Amino acid sequence: MTYVIAGSCIKDDACLEVCPVDCIHPQLGAPDFETAEQLYIDPEVCIDCDACVEACPVDAIFADFELPPKFAYALDVNARFFAEAGTAERTAA
Amino acid sequence: MAGTRPRVAIVGAGPAGAFAAACLLRARGDAEIDLFERLPTPWGLLRAGVAPDHQEIKRLELTFEKQTLGRGCRFFGNVEVGVDVTHAELMEHYTAVIYATGAQTDKSLGIPGEDLPGSRPATEFVAWYNGHPDYRGLEFDLSARRAVVIGNGNVAADVTRILTLSERELGRTDIADHALDALRASAIEEVVVLGRRGPAQAAFTSSELRELGRLDGVEIRVDPVEIELDPVSDTWLAEQGTFTARTNVELLREFAARPARADAGRRITLRFLRSPVEIRGHGGVEAIDVRRNEIVRGEDGVLRARPVDAPIETIECGLVLRSVGYQAVPLPNVPFDERHFILPNREGRVLTPDGEPLRGVYAVGWIKRGPTGILGTNKRDAEQTVSCLVADLKACALTQPVRSEPIDALLAARTPDLVTEKGWRAIDGVELDRGAREERPRVKLTSREELLEVAAGDPAGAGGGR
Repeated sequence: MTYVIAGSCIKDDACLEVCPVDCIHPQLGAPDFETAEQLYIDPEVCIDCDACVEACPVDAIFADFELPPKFAYALDVNARFFAEAGTAERTAA
Repeated sequence: MAGTRPRVAIVGAGPAGAFAAACLLRARGDAEIDLFERLPTPWGLLRAGVAPDHQEIKRLELTFEKQTLGRGCRFFGNVEVGVDVTHAELMEHYTAVIYATGAQTDKSLGIPGEDLPGSRPATEFVAWYNGHPDYRGLEFDLSARRAVVIGNGNVAADVTRILTLSERELGRTDIADHALDALRASAIEEVVVLGRRGPAQAAFTSSELRELGRLDGVEIRVDPVEIELDPVSDTWLAEQGTFTARTNVELLREFAARPARADAGRRITLRFLRSPVEIRGHGGVEAIDVRRNEIVRGEDGVLRARPVDAPIETIECGLVLRSVGYQAVPLPNVPFDERHFILPNREGRVLTPDGEPLRGVYAVGWIKRGPTGILGTNKRDAEQTVSCLVADLKACALTQPVRSEPIDALLAARTPDLVTEKGWRAIDGVELDRGAREERPRVKLTSREELLEVAAGDPAGAGGGR
């Protein structure tokens, strides 16, 4: 499984602070941080620890199997953010 | 200043002010912070801007409550700085003043007919449906079948959604009752959204754009021809386009490919490369004239819309909402940058006309950087301003206020209807109770009189029905 960030993300950075594996991107200071409309979780790296869910002030993070239907699209959007060229390079860096 | 607790006034209890208060308390737990707010209620655009059908985002208020009022920060509502209390008086009572007043007005289009009845800033429509007490008396004529929304940002998306959402969905939100009643009687069948530039440049977040295509009983129409990418945009999208821009273009292609729906009661039509040139009508909006644009790359590399020599198109409509940006207004006796509509500042330290830091005066949020970014952007912005303030405190660059007593006595004299945290708790309680009775998240009190009565503990206010 993985955790997923829905479109109701307001880019509060509380999740970035608590993620033990830095799987939430863009990271603070990354070139695309300011232009990103929300933050995304890399499903390949997420260890399902739940820390970000607790930290999010607007409850925008869900376990993939608990995604409400209105946010069902978010699973694909999070994965695609990391699949696209450039994003993968940055994550590896 | 050693041994003295810094006393800080934050002017404006919106998200920027709240983030600044929380951040300052984390950095300087000894700070005594007072949040000044023009309205009787805190949290600014979180209450009066964020759309009522986005309740999840409004949960941020719990964090604000916990991290500010819950940690000793005081709330002074219904006080207008510059009117009830002057800047000079704040400076006499506080070690530092942080302005977080936001951007309270809107930009205009500068086209003929803009001021016709029925043509309004989208921001006023937002304030009206969200129950802002200064806007509750406005009337929007929803009797025509078509409305036009000018702009391609998230405010444009919000107002488009509110104009097309079903009565049932609106009825589950905390939309103001006067707006709910008016929207229930709305005759609007189509909302046309005009974007000056093309699909690749639309400022919607993908999340907001996606929502427009998923509304119950609402058809979305996009003309495939209007979203064909010109070579300039195509290259830009491939080489520099953001994840959001690429996702938006994909979403729009998907919308354009959808078959027409005969069963939909309402329709959203997204138009691109169209600029309004004139709003026409006798005594009220009857139509809007639009011209076609093309995308060109400027010498600075920015992609801009340029008018094309083509016939002007006329769209009949009875309501025009323009959503082309917020704008700040100057504050009495505080420097103002008339070109950028912000307080002149360096990293949040407000500057004198000579470019020197104005001792003890700071800015945060839209009044500091202009109306850009989303809610969380204010958190980083607040951290920057607060780090300047904390550094100045540490360097003893701030003077102690000339008055040793707190501002309470002065405020009591100036503002008999002062709303403190206790008053806000009373308002919040009444609104939540009323909401619970109607299976809604909250039913807002929308008149200043009613808000003040409830805040003062007046049972007439609390018991009064809708």
